[in-house]
Amino acid sequence: MLKIRVVPMLYLMNGLVVRSEGFREFKAIGNPVAEMERYGEWLADELVYLDITRDGEHDFGREDHKFKGERDIVAILRQIAASCFMPLAFGGRVKTMADVDRFIRNGADKVVICSQAFREPALVTAVAEKYGAQAMVVGIDVRREDDGRHRVHVDQGRTPVDEAPEAYARRMEAAGAGEILLNSIDRDGAAEGYDVEITRRIADAVSIPVVACGGVGDFSDFRAGIDEGHASAVAAGNIFHFTEMSYKRAKRYLKDKGYGVRYPYPG
Amino acid sequence: MIGIVSCGIGNVQSVLNAFARLGHEAMAVEDPARLGEADRIVLPGVGAFPSCMRRLQESGFRAALDRDVKSGKPFLGVCVGMQLMAETGTEFGDMPGLGYIPGRVELIPKTSPDLRIPHIGWNDLRIARPTPLLAGLDTDSACYFVHSYALRCAEEQDVAAWTDYGSPVVAAVARGNVFGLQAHPEKSQLVGLRILDNFARLPC
Repeated sequence: MLKIRVVPMLYLMNGLVVRSEGFREFKAIGNPVAEMERYGEWLADELVYLDITRDGEHDFGREDHKFKGERDIVAILRQIAASCFMPLAFGGRVKTMADVDRFIRNGADKVVICSQAFREPALVTAVAEKYGAQAMVVGIDVRREDDGRHRVHVDQGRTPVDEAPEAYARRMEAAGAGEILLNSIDRDGAAEGYDVEITRRIADAVSIPVVACGGVGDFSDFRAGIDEGHASAVAAGNIFHFTEMSYKRAKRYLKDKGYGVRYPYPG
Repeated sequence: MIGIVSCGIGNVQSVLNAFARLGHEAMAVEDPARLGEADRIVLPGVGAFPSCMRRLQESGFRAALDRDVKSGKPFLGVCVGMQLMAETGTEFGDMPGLGYIPGRVELIPKTSPDLRIPHIGWNDLRIARPTPLLAGLDTDSACYFVHSYALRCAEEQDVAAWTDYGSPVVAAVARGNVFGLQAHPEKSQLVGLRILDNFARLPC
């Protein structure tokens, strides 16, 4: 039986893993290679790294980390890939096929494309043709507005888009996306649970897997993403970064509740 | 030494990394003339069947592989690398494959409307018969799969393991010295490393 994937999310800014909140506030929390090693030891199902470095911004001035700037993103990827024996998705700031080639060539199994997928769907098609749809993940960021309506945003949450979320997701599927990584801007870092409504609307609109992301505060939120959101995989950042042994405990929790998760641990 | 076919159709580096972790000597082979230096061969594949097959032909690897596989060298096709072992691919129209395993590569049957394709994620291996490639694995060992097409063997005895996704899907094949794995062993943590270790230890 196909397992429900539980996916740690790692946001990179200027070469450091950061905690993100509302797509606006960021705090450096670690080294990307060390984080990969930790999740490797925990036998994570998959890792997703998203480079959310803003254009024109520079490093945090931290000298205690090995990686200083966004220029080093490929060097970071190479070091991660060298000992990453689990699926690795890499994305953010992907604009051209040359960017995709660079990520795949240096060890990414999948590439996540966000804003550029909206602006240039032909790139999604070209990547799917070149590397297969399974390597082409489209990242969709949605915000629930004050009036309750959901709106897709691009440019790291700064530019709203008029197209309805379901229509956009279907368009990306038709363009060649093999998977959708759905992130909720207003739930990001909020620990209030997934936006299950939009997750379900998008998961039901497409026939490719949808990865729910944004807002997990406790393990029961994973259940809501699966049961009510119809997600094929559940992703989270903070709960794994900040809670001791939380990855394995999350798996144990889901297994005990009867979910088909991979549990490669003794006992 | 393990030779990894490197002609731009697979993630060679990940396979090299996995063998390095296991302590087995492996190298990327970019020139088919040097394939003979390897005592066993891995063919990783990612992407569409026709473009991979064309690359194998144009790069000259097709002929080199045929010769080495016929000579009895252990051979392992991974993911699309396994699909290429079939007689025929059907992605974007029928096209002959390497022909090491009788059968066709076809789209995974969409047996229910909510079956999502591609088949992405960890799924259990259901061992069909004992083979050295899968030695030491439990029948519920999960591996990481990512594919939309699957090999349908014409001869059931070639199937070494199944996985279930809407219907039984061939997960591994074994026929003499040729082996194939639909999942990605280099991305399947301890289970995958065990499979690669088994392959590296096959007598040759």
